[in-house]
Amino acid sequence: MRILMFGWEFPPRMSGGLGTACFGMTKALAGLGHRITFVLPQAEETSAPFLNLVPAYGVSFSGAEPKNLESEPLNRLTVTPIPALLSPYLNEGRYRDLTLSGGSRFRDSTAVYGLDLIAEVIRYGRAAGVVAGRFSFDIIHAHDWMTVPAALLARRISGKPVVLHVHSLEYDRSGENVNGEILDIEKEGLRQADRLIAVSHRTKRMIVERYGIPPQKISVIYNAVSRNEAQRIYRIERTGKQKMVLFLGRITFQKGPDYFVEAAARVLKVLPDVTFVMAGAGNMMGQMIERVGELKIGNRFHFTGFLQGEEIERIFSLSDLYVMPSVSEPFGISPLEAMLYDVPVILSRQSGVAEILKHALKVDFWDIRDMSAKIITVLKHPALMEVMAMKAKEELRTIRWDTAAERISELYREMV
Amino acid sequence: MPSVCLYFQVHQPCRLRRYSFFDVGHIHNYEDETENRRILDRIARKCYLPTNALLLKMIAEHEGKFRIAFSLSGSVLDQIERRRPDVLESFQRLAVTGCVEFLNETDGHSLAFLFSPREFKAQVLLHRARVRALFDQDSRTFRHTELIYSNDLAKAAEKLGYAVILAEGTKKILGRRSPNQVYRPAGCRKLKILLRNYRLSDDVAFRFSDRNWAEYPLTAAKYAHWLHRISREEAVINLFMDYETFGEHQWQETGIFDFLRAIPGEILRHKDFRFETPGEAAAGHDPAGEIDCPGFISWADEERDTSAWLGNAMQQDAVHTLYKMESAIRRRKDEGLLRTWRMLQTSDHFYYMCTKWFSDGDVHRYFNPYESPYEAYINYMNILDDLSQSIKNSKGESP
Repeated sequence: MRILMFGWEFPPRMSGGLGTACFGMTKALAGLGHRITFVLPQAEETSAPFLNLVPAYGVSFSGAEPKNLESEPLNRLTVTPIPALLSPYLNEGRYRDLTLSGGSRFRDSTAVYGLDLIAEVIRYGRAAGVVAGRFSFDIIHAHDWMTVPAALLARRISGKPVVLHVHSLEYDRSGENVNGEILDIEKEGLRQADRLIAVSHRTKRMIVERYGIPPQKISVIYNAVSRNEAQRIYRIERTGKQKMVLFLGRITFQKGPDYFVEAAARVLKVLPDVTFVMAGAGNMMGQMIERVGELKIGNRFHFTGFLQGEEIERIFSLSDLYVMPSVSEPFGISPLEAMLYDVPVILSRQSGVAEILKHALKVDFWDIRDMSAKIITVLKHPALMEVMAMKAKEELRTIRWDTAAERISELYREMV
Repeated sequence: MPSVCLYFQVHQPCRLRRYSFFDVGHIHNYEDETENRRILDRIARKCYLPTNALLLKMIAEHEGKFRIAFSLSGSVLDQIERRRPDVLESFQRLAVTGCVEFLNETDGHSLAFLFSPREFKAQVLLHRARVRALFDQDSRTFRHTELIYSNDLAKAAEKLGYAVILAEGTKKILGRRSPNQVYRPAGCRKLKILLRNYRLSDDVAFRFSDRNWAEYPLTAAKYAHWLHRISREEAVINLFMDYETFGEHQWQETGIFDFLRAIPGEILRHKDFRFETPGEAAAGHDPAGEIDCPGFISWADEERDTSAWLGNAMQQDAVHTLYKMESAIRRRKDEGLLRTWRMLQTSDHFYYMCTKWFSDGDVHRYFNPYESPYEAYINYMNILDDLSQSIKNSKGESP
């Protein structure tokens, strides 16, 4: 089938798990014979042999034309500049490459999305409409709220059905402090799309309960992880002597970094030689650094700032334990990536990935006592780490993009 | 003509409380009393009391011709002595009929034989004394936890004075021979061995209520017919199963009690058939051959080995850590510590750490109080940590 796909990021230019997910998913879909046109805001540095990548930037269109094509709620939107902390993807644990330039530590997402994200989303949507007129396709597949205007406009022009793939929701990203404009776009997308894909039952439940969408419209299709072990540069470097516990993700409300810091302090009272590493950046970073100072654990607690590419592989290969204490995680690919590096995983029960992972320890994100007790026990007992890592490896073999792509294909067939 | 030998295993582990690392040094009572009480009450209501009452009635009706055997683990004895004396009495009423044999096992339902011969012997003698005190019987029959068996175990049982030992009738030890014969364990001179007919036993224990089974529904008449067809040259058909089969694993609604009630009548309709306890069956038949079993076998799973308890590194670590404490525990001469250490030897604690079936969402999880084998291991190791501190702190004889 010919798929017109709207996304916001694609490797190597991405900020989180969505780019990773889009890569794995489209590659597997292409493997099944689908032809994918993937529209990105910008695509200069990106290429993938298995699909046709199209940048929305530089697409010429007359400013007046698409305006009346926009659906009502979007027309009503007041466009205001929003600060970078509301950047679109807060959905995955891995906080990868934010910008194309390297250098400064502790960067934020300002550089990528600019200050006026919603204006960017609308602009992308209009440009996408033009793209839609240029290609022929059978299905429109859109990823998350940023691509909603684009997808709906493309449907209007082409009459083809839209599937909206929900990787995260505004309630996941911001808790109760939601951004009203984003929420409006999100709602419009969830209501208007012909079918929805949720990355977990947890996300499906939220779509039903918070947005009032009928459950029969939503298919749950789990993400997976791509294995490229052949490319692995870093061998496992754990020495077994100095234990290292890793947090890797945006340092934002959604990821629960504060619970990780509190747990670290408790662990260090018992095991003073353990090293804790918080890899990533985000708007709560300053607060976290302060708290680490207050707790007087700075000598055992390190902030790496923002990591990318090889640095991430290296940090996984050095870690003895990966903790994902997310407050609300629609899926969470990063525990799967940790498992690829034989790192045992403790993850929040408030995550979609907890629904499918059996060979991981699970905690409620708020239960610092349980979290720290489990960290201690894992570090104290090599047998536990050994069995978890071994069984996790077996488990990973069953979590494949090919399987997800087959389910997506089924959904496509139902829609045309 | 073959006789029919029915033996029921009665066991409940002492389930452990959720024990965090931060409880180490603070909480020294490891039992989840609420949960143990809840489960015991449920099983007493659904299985022990109604089945015991039914069996008592059946024994009276058949005037000595219906004979059965039980083995009650020390762990279930602890619990019914403390919490449900009515259940204990109902077993005692069965004992006085003279038609019920009570077998011996390791008191802690443990794997002690594999790790400490001294502890193994102590537990067998302890269980023997308890069975004598509670049921006024000196059993000549020994069965090991989970029907674990090997040549060495047979020799140890013979040394302890037993006349017969029970094991699983696996192909591995039988080859093409029949399980329905009495055999002699390799290296033993007097001891005999009875082997579980696992097909016929599991027809009741596992398949009884399985609607996808070709033989569903299983009636007592059909089952008795299968037994009656067994060659007259055979000695004894050994039907060994968990007692909780009746009313707990197979609910009352499946008709399991009607089945049980009708079984003796249907089997005894063939005048050459009779029921025998393991002790009687072994005494009445000469060995038909030798059973050689150098490695360990058990009645668990397809593998029928010890991998359900000792198959992964966590289980190995846990069990070795536990038995490494033995000499320190003995030096303390503290009854409470010794009892706790024995309670922690119960095989179920290791079974919960098994990763074999965890991925498939197997029925085994029905028996597992933990979210995952990792939680089971963590909980257990925290408790061992605390026990080890308690040993150090106790005021026994210094080492």
